[in-house]
Amino acid sequence: MSFPLTPEQDMIVETVRKFVETEIYPYEDEVERSGHVRPELAEAIKAKTQEIGFYGCNFPEEVGGAGLNHLEFALVERELGRGSMALTHFFGRPQNILMACQGDQRERYLLPAVRGERMDALAMTEPGAGSDIRGMKCHARRDGSDWIVNGSKHFISGADHADFVIVFVATGEDQTPRGPKKRITTFLVDRGTPGFVMRDGYESVSHRGYKNMILEFDDCRLPADQVLGDVDGGYDVMNTWLYATRLTVATMAVGRARRTFDMALNYAAEREQFGQKIGRFQGVSFQLADMITEIDASDLLTLSAAHRLDVGLPANREIASAKLYATECLARVTDAALQIHGGMGLMNDLPLERFWRDARVERIWDGTSEIQRHIIGRELLRPLGC
Amino acid sequence: MKALVCVKRVIDYNVKVRVKSDETGVELNNVKMAMNPFDEIAVEQAIRMKEAGAVSEIVVVSIGPKQAQETIRTGLAMGADRGIHVEHDGELEPLAIAKMLKALVEKEEPGIVFCGKQAIDGDNNQTPQMLSALLGWPQGTFASGVELNDAGALITREVDGGLEDIQINMPAVLSVDLRLNEPRYASLPNIMKAKKKPIDGTTPADLGVDPAPRLTTLKVTEPPARAAGVKVASVAELVAKLRDEAKVI
Repeated sequence: MSFPLTPEQDMIVETVRKFVETEIYPYEDEVERSGHVRPELAEAIKAKTQEIGFYGCNFPEEVGGAGLNHLEFALVERELGRGSMALTHFFGRPQNILMACQGDQRERYLLPAVRGERMDALAMTEPGAGSDIRGMKCHARRDGSDWIVNGSKHFISGADHADFVIVFVATGEDQTPRGPKKRITTFLVDRGTPGFVMRDGYESVSHRGYKNMILEFDDCRLPADQVLGDVDGGYDVMNTWLYATRLTVATMAVGRARRTFDMALNYAAEREQFGQKIGRFQGVSFQLADMITEIDASDLLTLSAAHRLDVGLPANREIASAKLYATECLARVTDAALQIHGGMGLMNDLPLERFWRDARVERIWDGTSEIQRHIIGRELLRPLGC
Repeated sequence: MKALVCVKRVIDYNVKVRVKSDETGVELNNVKMAMNPFDEIAVEQAIRMKEAGAVSEIVVVSIGPKQAQETIRTGLAMGADRGIHVEHDGELEPLAIAKMLKALVEKEEPGIVFCGKQAIDGDNNQTPQMLSALLGWPQGTFASGVELNDAGALITREVDGGLEDIQINMPAVLSVDLRLNEPRYASLPNIMKAKKKPIDGTTPADLGVDPAPRLTTLKVTEPPARAAGVKVASVAELVAKLRDEAKVI
């Protein structure tokens, strides 16, 4: 598949792919079997990423990033998507929501995050508040100029390595014609803040080693300058910055789908049964044809959504389409690739069973496929007054 | 001292090379191409010597089709200063390449020329040696160590029996081996800068070289598949098989 990339963009793709193949692939089995990333390995990946100037590459140059545009960053994420998430996490891409930092928050959070001195995590989901953030129970009340936070969060990825967490907390409620709606405020919470504890979350079928954590707040006192953005401005912060995570999921799905496809293609060209290469059976070759068609479509949909952001066009619907299609495509591709490999595909000697397991979460996190369809439908119908 | 580094665009080392069905060569359509890995080591060596202050400018040269410019850009993104592209479509033999490089060396007057010890496509391992002979310069081939000194350079060579140290005069042609260094990634700042670095274009005719091949390729075929081996239970059985079946003892 080709998309008119500049020579620089081609080289970004080359470099990141080579990095993933050389620095990530060799350690994937270790992470799969141990369930965690050794601290020295994490540090080594981080140091090498910094050495080649890619750490925080999603941030503008004025805060020390590389100033990649959305399309270029999508290409970086796509190539990183080939590798284990537990490991590529250290190819640091701090949450771009940190651009909302104001005043001395820039020195305390934004700049050290881009420099790789402090790692961040984002906490929104709660046991009772997944797609429906109105059900958020974690809340903060004012105490003088401070805030007192109580409640818990779960499924918080990357928090085990985080020096601070960006937490969305209910700070009130408004009555609307469609029922009560929580007011939400975003807080920056340092690891070690009294009243804030992190503990191991659940064992997930997907992305072993990329841990999800449970955060608990028990009368956790936060000064007013820990608020990111405006008080009760959580929705604004989300709408301004959180589109990026959905696009990231889509692009990473494309990268992993292509890695999986390459394995299936090579296997079909070499494996012999009934006296011929299995790729000569249409039952296999037609599967490959469908796989590559869907992967190319996902790739173009994703890059095109990123490009729309770069040229200032509305992209909410397109990002939702990309996330929906690319993640559903990854599920089909990993399933078909495993089928082509037959019994061997199920064994952990090959990474296919892992790709197949890892694919499952992509249709759930950062907005389920159903939520993406809801967004797409709403964006289409609302302008028509429906 | 200026360094000239010769780089070649070859099939990426990760790609499984397949013979074309008409047996005229290997399949290049839709195949990922990359810089010859030994040439990457050559570029890296030049960059390290520049960082150490021994080299002042690094010029990357590639001879080949238009897309060879991508390979030059990779060298520039690693840290080389400028490029020269000799555009030529079609097959090239080591002697023609060495003659073109000689013409470029005479024009650029580098103090050192780096090549990979061989390209992973043809595996000829001839160009650096021919270039050295044409120039009348010393050669240090299969270098796994390069140390400049007052008398020239001390080269550690990888030879069949182990390592060999030779002292050579400069200027010289070096061909580098796998263990000389570990090439760096193209860094993001250098990728962005690479576009601004100049690549001069020239042709074999401009350099006064006739690139026509002297050899004709009749047919390209895959090597015969190796038969599976057998496991033997004892040394006695092994010796018996070697004597009675393989008839080698």
